[in-house]
Order: sequence, then C-alpha cells, then structure tokens
Amino acid sequence: MTGPEPDDAPERTPLYALHVELGARMVPFAGYALPVQYPMGVLKEHLHTRSHAGLFDVSHMGQILLRPKDDMAALSLGLERMMPVDVAGLPEGRQRYGLFTDDAGGVLDDLMFANRGDHMLVVVNAACKAADLTHMEQALAPVAQVEAVTDRALLALQGPQAEDVLSALVSRVMAMRFMDVIAVDTVFGALWISRSGYTGEDGFEISLPDRSADAFARMLLAHDAVAPIGLGARDSLRLEAGLCLYGHDLDTGTTPAEAALGWAIPKVRRTGGARAGGFPGADVILPQLDARAPRLRVGLLPEGRAPMREGVALFDRAEGGDAIGHITSGGFGPSVGVPVAMGYVPAALSAAHTELWGEVRGKRLPVAVAPLPFHPTTYKR
Amino acid sequence: MRYTENHEWLRVEGDLVVVGITEHAATQLGDVVFVELPEVETMVASGDEVVVIESVKAASDISAPVDGEIVEINEKLVATPALVNDDPTGDAWFFKLKIDDMSVLDGFMSEDEYNEMIG
Repeated sequence: MTGPEPDDAPERTPLYALHVELGARMVPFAGYALPVQYPMGVLKEHLHTRSHAGLFDVSHMGQILLRPKDDMAALSLGLERMMPVDVAGLPEGRQRYGLFTDDAGGVLDDLMFANRGDHMLVVVNAACKAADLTHMEQALAPVAQVEAVTDRALLALQGPQAEDVLSALVSRVMAMRFMDVIAVDTVFGALWISRSGYTGEDGFEISLPDRSADAFARMLLAHDAVAPIGLGARDSLRLEAGLCLYGHDLDTGTTPAEAALGWAIPKVRRTGGARAGGFPGADVILPQLDARAPRLRVGLLPEGRAPMREGVALFDRAEGGDAIGHITSGGFGPSVGVPVAMGYVPAALSAAHTELWGEVRGKRLPVAVAPLPFHPTTYKR
Repeated sequence: MRYTENHEWLRVEGDLVVVGITEHAATQLGDVVFVELPEVETMVASGDEVVVIESVKAASDISAPVDGEIVEINEKLVATPALVNDDPTGDAWFFKLKIDDMSVLDGFMSEDEYNEMIG
C-alpha cells in the first residue's frame, strides 16, 4: 500500500456514508476515501479490537477471481510460476499467503489466495491491484480467465468476540479454522468468508455484494461487542502482530528472504524440492534461503518512550559510523504499552537483544532487536 | 488566556507565562503517548522548538511563543502523556516561562479570535 493516487478524487467504498455518519475522520488512502479513526480514537479502537471485536472496511483491497481455462492443476502451476509458494498443494476451502516476485527477487505485492473448488480468489493490496491484474492477465493467459471483482465490498471482523458475533448470522463459522474459506448464501447475498485478517487476532474477512454492505455493517455494529475501527488502529494492530505493510516493510527492493517471510516458502519450492524454483527471482531468493540473506527484517524495541517511526536511521554505535539500516514501520504499541518498530538490519546484527541506536531528532537513542510478534497472535488453528 | 497560531494557550501566573496546547490541538493530535520536555533554567527564543509531543499518529512540537527562561516543567506529562488529551487546558500545562515584559502577550489572540481561526 503506497498511498493515494495523485490525480483523481478518491473513490468511495459502499460504506462511505456510514463512516461519515459514525463521525470518522476520512483520509485519502491508495486512491480511496477511508476512515483513519472514529471518535473513539486510535488507542481505544486498537484495544477494543484486542478485547472485543473491531469492524474494518477493507473494500479498497483488490478481489480477483481466477477461473481455470483447462483445470485447477494447470491454474495452480501457473500461479506457482509467479510466486515462491505452494499453490498446487492447497486443498479446496483453504487460503494461503503469497507473494508476487520480480526477476531481481523483489516483492511486487503480497496477497492472499484461496482455493474455492472450481476457481481461485485472490485478494491483493489496493495500491497494487491494477499492476497485479495486468501481471496476472499476462502470466496466466494460457491457463486462466482473470476477472476483477468490482461489485463486492470487503469487511474484516477481528477480535476475540468476532466468532460470537458472526456465528449469530452464519453458524458454520464456528467450525472454521484459521485460513479456512467458505461461501454461504444469506439475506445479504452470497458471503465469501475466510477466517483470517491482519491484526494478529482471530477473526474473519467477509466479501459481500456492494448493495448489502451497509446493512450488513450496521447489523454487526448493533452488537455491543463491535466497534468500527479505522486505518490508524489497523496499522498499530498489524505492527504489534509483526505483519508487513506493503510499500513500507516490503517492496521491490526487498526479497522474501530479507523480509523474513521464509515461512511462506515451503520445502517443495526450495532448493532440492520437487517443484524447486521456477518463479521470478528464484536465483536470488533460493540461495538466500539456503544460507542467509545479507540483511533481515527484525522487530525493534526502543528502550525509551519515544516512538521510532518509518525512516529512522539505525546505527551500531552511539556516535559516529554510517547507518546500518533503517526503520520501515514504527509507532506506539497500545497493547504492549511501549513503542514498537520493524526495520532492516545486516544479518550479523539481527539476533534478538542486539543493541542498536536509532537517530530521532538528531539524537541517537538505544533500541534493541526483538522477536516478532510483539503481541501474541490468537489465530484459531 | 491568550492563544497562538500554533494552537498553544498562554496563561499569566504572577510574573510567569504558563504554556499548554488547546483542546482543538489535542483532539487533532490524537492519543498522546510521549512527551519530551526542556530542561529548566534554559533560555529560549521565540520560535525555538522546546517540547516534543508524539501521538499514536505523528510527532509534533511546541515552540516557545516568546523569549524567556524556562523556570518550571510539568514532569507529570512524562509519566502520563495521556493527560494531554484528558485535560489539555488544565493539568496538562507543559512549561512556565519567565519573561521580562508581559505586554508582549497583547500581540496574541483572544479566545474569540482563536475560536474564529479554528472555525
């Protein structure tokens, strides 16, 4: 997510009127007018999501259907030529995290893809969706029809009470595990539900027809447990959960190995695996996974109370020397009660508890490498 | 009370000027999570950045509204930055300045003028 498009007035999601009615402060984000916060404020919205349930409008994200021209196996292998992940082994009704890479091993976008039996559903970052569409249309032309979904909203319901709230409408969600996907017909139309999200909490992402999004959101918000949550808290929640934000922690200048996303790349696609390589940048990425990337994304805990934000230069000494890396996401972590950050450092300085310094307003302040996530995740495995 | 264009309020207390930020500024900033105060007995010039405020959203600062000497700081804000949101015009003052000539305050906005500025 790289920010607003420069030219056009921001687009509105189907929940625009509801956001305004709820008193949201609207900001342009990736070409859309979206709520950065509601009157509750970022801090309380964050804590409410961790203790109860938060409703997020993520309709700006790209939903794309891939329909096989021949069979699902050919489509899966087509996707494996674009991503270093295991697509062919993804069972029906399951979703996985994926990454489009380029020939230099950089990351074009990160995404979720789901096997929905006779087709795939891909959800991509808003700022990348036009490029992703073109990229897929070209790369998958022999094996799939690529169809942008333009008439559906996407909501996320996150937090420990998300299951209680959603199961009142769709009892089947109680049986879902993390990264399961289902489709279910309701009075709101067909809901495409996945048990996933980007907060570190248990929860669901729900795709539904534009025309019923407002009524559906109001029904969820009628529960005492559910509060509307803006982009501000979405950012602090994902940061505490150690999750990358594309355009900040992840871009074409970072490889999946550097970004510490090796967990997404299974043995079968690595050196010596049955379907090793065969994706863009494999000659860069696989050797980095075999040995060690020259630099790595790490968690960073400032020792003082001053937040260290994106762009803060990191040093290996309190005075002198050149910057050894920089922070790519940083702020205050409301659930951990202290500032938290992520950034890139040389592999030799990436061990937990390594003492570094971040330069804030011309002063070098101590910051320690820390394990991720900062706040434990509560996915229902 | 007098107001600056940077959303600070100035309150005269004997021969001192107490400085804080307005309710409007506190709301715009969002939840404050960090406050860095100047040293006492520092001589400051009008426009010097003397306080750093970090909210969940961004960093900002407070400039000295007039020339003077910082004679007192509100240490409570360091331990409890949220006070800035809870009581911006009361308990959450930032520092007290000793100035030579109180008449310089006449150049700042009245409450009505400030309210008109923020609309």
